Amino acid sequence: MAKHETPLLDQLESGPWPSFVSDLKQEAEKRAKNEAGLELQIPVDVVDDLLGVLELSFKHGKTHWKHGGIVGVFGYGGGVIGRYCDQPEMFPGVAHFHTVRVAQPAGKYYTTKYLKELCDLWDFRGSGITNMHGSTGDIILIGTTTPQLEEIFYEMSHNMDQDLGGSGSNLRTPADCIGQSRCEYACYDTQDICHHLTIEYQDELHRPAFPYKFKFKFDGCPNCCVASIARSDLSFIGTWKDDIRIDQEAVAGYVGGEFLPNGGAHAGRDWGAFDIQKEVVDLCPTGCMKYEGKKLQINTRECTRCMHCINVMPRALRIGQETGCSILAGAKAPILDGAQMGSLLVPFVEVNPDNDYQAIKDVIEPIWDWWMEEGKNRERLGELIKRQGFQRLLEATGIEPVPQHVKEPRTNPYIFWKEEEVEGGWTRDIDEFRKDHKR
Amino acid sequence: MEQEEAAEKIIEALKKKLKTKSKFYFNDLAKILEMKPRPAKKFITQMVVDCQLEYWSSGSTSMYGLPGTGKQAAAEHED
Ligand code: SF4
Ligand code: SF4
Repeated sequence: MAKHETPLLDQLESGPWPSFVSDLKQEAEKRAKNEAGLELQIPVDVVDDLLGVLELSFKHGKTHWKHGGIVGVFGYGGGVIGRYCDQPEMFPGVAHFHTVRVAQPAGKYYTTKYLKELCDLWDFRGSGITNMHGSTGDIILIGTTTPQLEEIFYEMSHNMDQDLGGSGSNLRTPADCIGQSRCEYACYDTQDICHHLTIEYQDELHRPAFPYKFKFKFDGCPNCCVASIARSDLSFIGTWKDDIRIDQEAVAGYVGGEFLPNGGAHAGRDWGAFDIQKEVVDLCPTGCMKYEGKKLQINTRECTRCMHCINVMPRALRIGQETGCSILAGAKAPILDGAQMGSLLVPFVEVNPDNDYQAIKDVIEPIWDWWMEEGKNRERLGELIKRQGFQRLLEATGIEPVPQHVKEPRTNPYIFWKEEEVEGGWTRDIDEFRKDHKR
Repeated sequence: MEQEEAAEKIIEALKKKLKTKSKFYFNDLAKILEMKPRPAKKFITQMVVDCQLEYWSSGSTSMYGLPGTGKQAAAEHED
């Protein structure tokens, strides 16, 4: 028998999709039975009370969680988010209901042993409810009490080789796509740089000194599987300089129907014979391809590395060999001012593990210095760029304006010359000028 | 500036403001020290280690306060 009546939540279960309500009910039941005989460290009915408070919020049309709190593990300014219920008498099981963010491994590779240990720990010292994974990428453990926090942290850091993730005005846990571990499109080792920078910038991750949150995300190629271009203040997207490698025999294989386009995706329906002109050449956004005399050609100068042709014919087309990444700055979700995509800051930079990614750190650190000094409280990098102008970002990073920075000529961004950059400055010989120009 | 001097400066300034405010952004503290953020961070972090300051977090934003002051009320804009 459920502890609280939840008619509004029950209704959610009637839809066609799997429901979190059913999952929570299952977990509530599991805790009540406690077949493993655990000495549960937080109230056994935590999940029942979670369902109860959610039902009440639906009824009232408002939240019953308080805003934030002073919890954390000693010395860490992030990783734990304090949550308290404002109806603790009615729902004592969730009076404290703190969230723990756990740094996910690069590429989100786990062993089953690790996942089992983590879940055992969370059944024992928390609610048992997890969110794999939150928007930042972290493993999110939802719901525990204050006395459990240090215990959980000790167990993770001493016995599981595991750190907490970022929250608050910190560097958030960097996230990446699976990259070269599984994906032939990857232009650099996303997992290595993601891990390296996570370790390198520990202080930024755990001790808040930024105006607001700051996210790195790493995509191995422009397919952007972690959507870095939309979701991170600094987005690292793999790209290449030289030609797309074309295997003309394999192109013929696709044209002749020997290979399924798109790696066989969408093959559940008969779309008719593959038409290279219609499905590849005509869809190239820059119109830089042609297929003539059974030969596919690409004008590399015009190619924007959009990945379309490679995605359709992966056996025939491969990324180039001179690989690196582009860096884009300022993406964010729509809290203030609407959503914003990243703006291209560095068209191409080498991704070099042999010198600890120095060329990339040389871009990151001046950006932080600028934003830490000039950013208003709760202002994301993208908002600062908008407020002070893209040109200020270029000055702060010492990056020269290049045509790739210009999205639409004369509008965005508009790069102004300064007097010292112009030969002869702003002064002119007025008599000389008047010879050609009447008053 | 020495750690002790920095700590005194911050504690004094925060105590003065206690009536109206109990939580402060990092930049407010850096301004009290009249320092750029990076060097200020060293002092401020040490103050947390020494239990002279504590972190407060809403999940999205972090703030600093004197230990035990303000608590939840400030977050709900009640004080
Ligand atoms: S972003 Fe590119 S490299 Fe990374 S997993 Fe996706 S397709 Fe592969
Ligand atoms: S990657 Fe995109 S822009 Fe480049 S040739 Fe292929 S379809 Fe065209």
